[in-house]
Amino acid sequence: MTPSVALEDAAVRLGRRTIWRDVDVRVGHGEFVAVLGPNGVGKSPLIKVLLGLLPLSDGRAEVLGLAPGLARAAIGYLPQRRSFEPSLRVRGSDVVRLGLDGDRWGLPVPGGSRWSRRARDVSRRVEEVIDLVGATAYAERPIGEVSGGEQQRLLIAQALARRPRLLLLDEPLDSLDLPNQASVAGLIAGISRDEQVTVLLVAHDVNPILGYLDRVIYLGHGGAATGTPREVITGETLSRLYDTPIEVLTTSDGRLVVVGQPEAPAHHTDRHEH
Amino acid sequence: MIAASDPRLTWNLARDVRQLFEFPFMVNAFRAGTIVAVTAGLIGWFMVLRRQTFAGHTLALVGFPGAAGAVLVGVSAHLGFYAFCVTAALVISALPSSGRRGFSEESAVIGTIQAFALASGFLFVSLYRGNLNGINALLFGSFLGITTGQVALLALLAVVALTMLGAIARPLLFASVDTDVAAARGVPVRALSTAFLVLLGVAAAATSQITGSLLVFALLVLPPATAQRLTTRPARSAVLSVGLALAVTWLGLALAYYSRYPIGFYVTTIAFAAFVVASAAPALAGRLGHAGAT
Repeated sequence: MTPSVALEDAAVRLGRRTIWRDVDVRVGHGEFVAVLGPNGVGKSPLIKVLLGLLPLSDGRAEVLGLAPGLARAAIGYLPQRRSFEPSLRVRGSDVVRLGLDGDRWGLPVPGGSRWSRRARDVSRRVEEVIDLVGATAYAERPIGEVSGGEQQRLLIAQALARRPRLLLLDEPLDSLDLPNQASVAGLIAGISRDEQVTVLLVAHDVNPILGYLDRVIYLGHGGAATGTPREVITGETLSRLYDTPIEVLTTSDGRLVVVGQPEAPAHHTDRHEH
Repeated sequence: MIAASDPRLTWNLARDVRQLFEFPFMVNAFRAGTIVAVTAGLIGWFMVLRRQTFAGHTLALVGFPGAAGAVLVGVSAHLGFYAFCVTAALVISALPSSGRRGFSEESAVIGTIQAFALASGFLFVSLYRGNLNGINALLFGSFLGITTGQVALLALLAVVALTMLGAIARPLLFASVDTDVAAARGVPVRALSTAFLVLLGVAAAATSQITGSLLVFALLVLPPATAQRLTTRPARSAVLSVGLALAVTWLGLALAYYSRYPIGFYVTTIAFAAFVVASAAPALAGRLGHAGAT
């Protein structure tokens, strides 16, 4: 079976700076994989490459057996943390619905479900997917007024609306409180398992998802280390990847703490830029 | 216009309404006002959602020197409004990063352009030395002397603009609410932004003809903003926005006809009052929103 995501000797350049090179990654169908690494190492650019929004400067990329960009219809995408302004007067369910038919030209006809089968199917799918993420209670409220965790669930519903085969989630747990991190992580893992969706999740901290992961991709400027969390998140592997002494400590409750991880280069302060 | 000072309000509503339409200029004013209200209510709805009110205001202000310049060189002021507003829309959309964030970052530049536009318009008006009343009409609106030909042009432009808006409505909503995801889905976010600015230019030019350059917000911002406070359903609030714009325009025209005060004042004041009521009565709004959700 073709892998969901394949990168071979891939490199990305932004302007004149090489973000990363010699990256080899294969993600199999239905896997739940985390993309890890310090700030500024190019995790978001990796996602953009897979979406076909950023070209590789070297190497090859394939997504669901196609060139990046051609597989968009089968990808659900959750961009890096965005919050809706409190004054935005659009319901959560409308935002979810846009994930289903927002790219179709024309005018949505209100009340179309009374006579159009297609509109009925759209409404049913929106309800279904909102129910799947457990957002039914607040989906009819303006999205700017619900909490960060609730917004994140609605956005996951939006990404799932078209039954994608691949979910690309860019820091979905960022800026959520701990209980919400745990519950959203559990939700994503459940979706990956039950709906047979491949999930590539960019994360800062591996701990909330550690128990669910099939594999991790640790990204460095000169390549990537992939494997099971226990294989990759070790002092030895990370020290080699970042060429600096790094220690990995395991706390008594099984959490991993990475010590000595290199920080983002100074000229790369705004990670929202790309 | 001597006829305008003659009519008196009576307690007989039917007679008052008949009196309103007694003169052809008033019939044309109502036709033009109706077209403008529908256009502004719909395009303004997207403008408020996209937080591009600053762009809308800039476009309207650029229309002022356009109209004044057109009068100076002897063509119709209306053509000046359209030409300058649409050109300005293209220029703004060509500015780098003219997104939502771009505007706040470049507000100083845009503010400078606004000041220059007003100053140039003022210069053109003084150079013209003709109708002294002209500057007031261009800045604060007028409903006198709208010809049938102008109404036809207005109607044609409105039909074209609203047809275009209808064709791009859903992806535009997607791109406005959720730019990154829309772009990842292949929605041409940038092209939509340019297309919308041009539509906004047309709407600002059309609205200027009733409210003047300075008061376009009365129809372009206040009805949509009021509607969006009252309901969160997109279709419902767009329809409500048009309804409010129509009510404001018709009422403003009638009041201006029966009194000595300018239409710009009435239209703005009524729209403002509606907005204040919608904002200051969250209890009422909450109940309406709740009724809408069930």
